[in-house]
Formats: sequence, C-alpha cells, structure tokens
Amino acid sequence: MDITQSQEGDKLVVSVSGRLNTGTAPQLDTELSTVVNEQDALVLDFSDLAYISSAGLRVILSTQKAMSRKKGSLVVRNCKPEILEVFEMTGFVDFLTIE
Amino acid sequence: MMKLRVKAVIENVDLLTEFVNEQLEGMDCSMRAMTQIDIALDELFSNICNYAYGEGVGHVTVYVEELEEKGSVRITLADEGIPFDPLAHEDPDVTLGLKDRTIGGLGIFMVKRTMDDVQYEHKNGLNMLTVIKSL
Repeated sequence: MDITQSQEGDKLVVSVSGRLNTGTAPQLDTELSTVVNEQDALVLDFSDLAYISSAGLRVILSTQKAMSRKKGSLVVRNCKPEILEVFEMTGFVDFLTIE
Repeated sequence: MMKLRVKAVIENVDLLTEFVNEQLEGMDCSMRAMTQIDIALDELFSNICNYAYGEGVGHVTVYVEELEEKGSVRITLADEGIPFDPLAHEDPDVTLGLKDRTIGGLGIFMVKRTMDDVQYEHKNGLNMLTVIKSL
C-alpha cells in the first residue's frame, strides 16, 4: 500500500493505492489521525485501491466520526466497483459521502 | 490440494494472499471472485492472529483445492488455538447510523455475504474454517 498527500485548494487529498488490509490499515490510521486534527476538508482518493477489508473500514469509520465531530468534511472518491460493493454491503454508503 | 503453513502473525497476510492468489490464477479465477477471496482471507487470518493463541504465537495452515465439477474452490484455514466458532455470533446491524456504528463483526459478516458457503468445525484439536467460492 502507498499513501500520498496533495493539496487541492482548501482540501487535502489522501490517495491510497494497493491493498487496504489488516497489514496496511495501521499505517493509514497513523497518517489520518494526524491529518484529521489539522484539516477541515479531507478527500480520500481510492482510484488505485485494489480492495478494502474490515481493518480498512475501521480506519474510515473512525476518520468519518472524527471529521463529523469537528464539523469538517470527508469525501471518498474514485472507488472501483469492488470497493463500492464493500461500502454497500456494510451500509457504509449511508453515512459516507461518495463521489 | 496445495497447502501452506505460516506463523500466525499479521505480517504474513501478504505471504498467505500471494500463495492463494497463485493457486486461483491457475484455476482461471475471475478478478471479482479473487478480490472477494482476498478480503475473506484477510478477515479469517487476522482473526486467528489476533485471538486464537491468546498472548502466544502459533501457526495457520491454509489448504486450497479446486472443486472441478462445480467450477469452484475450497479454502480451509486450520489453527491449533483456542476453540472458537466465529460464525456463532449474531450479524452486526449494518443499518445503524454513524454515531452508533462499531466495526465489530463486520469482517465475518462480509465473509458470509461474499462466499457461497462458510463452515466451522473443531476437529482433532484444530479450528477449521472452510469457505467455498465459485470462480
């Protein structure tokens, strides 16, 4: 898994590629927990993400909760069908903003 | 039937995934099925790493076998840890709103939803979790 950050206007875009699984999720968790404190508008770009397991869902859930608490925004974009399917199956589509 | 035995530590999840994917590629597995199997492996293997051996470290053996007549694969993960049936728990409520959401049970829930069949058995001191998935 690779994580890259870039600024788009007032938004911070965090792009995640590869596998977001039990082995890699802690790395994303560490990175996002810092970012959440510093940013009000966050985008997760999953263009090159192959798949996501529940370890990855845990990180996304805690990030969404943290952003909602501080009245910031989180957008998840460019999900492949495999990723969307996981969000649908687990009901994450109901509270995530997916573009 | 092919098998691989690895130490039940999270770092080995890639080793396990690569091994299973290699077998699946030889079976002309669809990308979608492979992705779902990879996710299922992640859930089942991490459960064993995190819980099966308490504070200690044990092993996991994975068995992969193509069921030719049905165009599907049977994968079994076996460990010698504390007897535990992950399928015995109630499914999580996936309709809860953000505030009430926790992550508990979502992994096994996804395995049940994406695999064609999931079975647990405790036999000869082994936890055996078997999934069957059409290719």
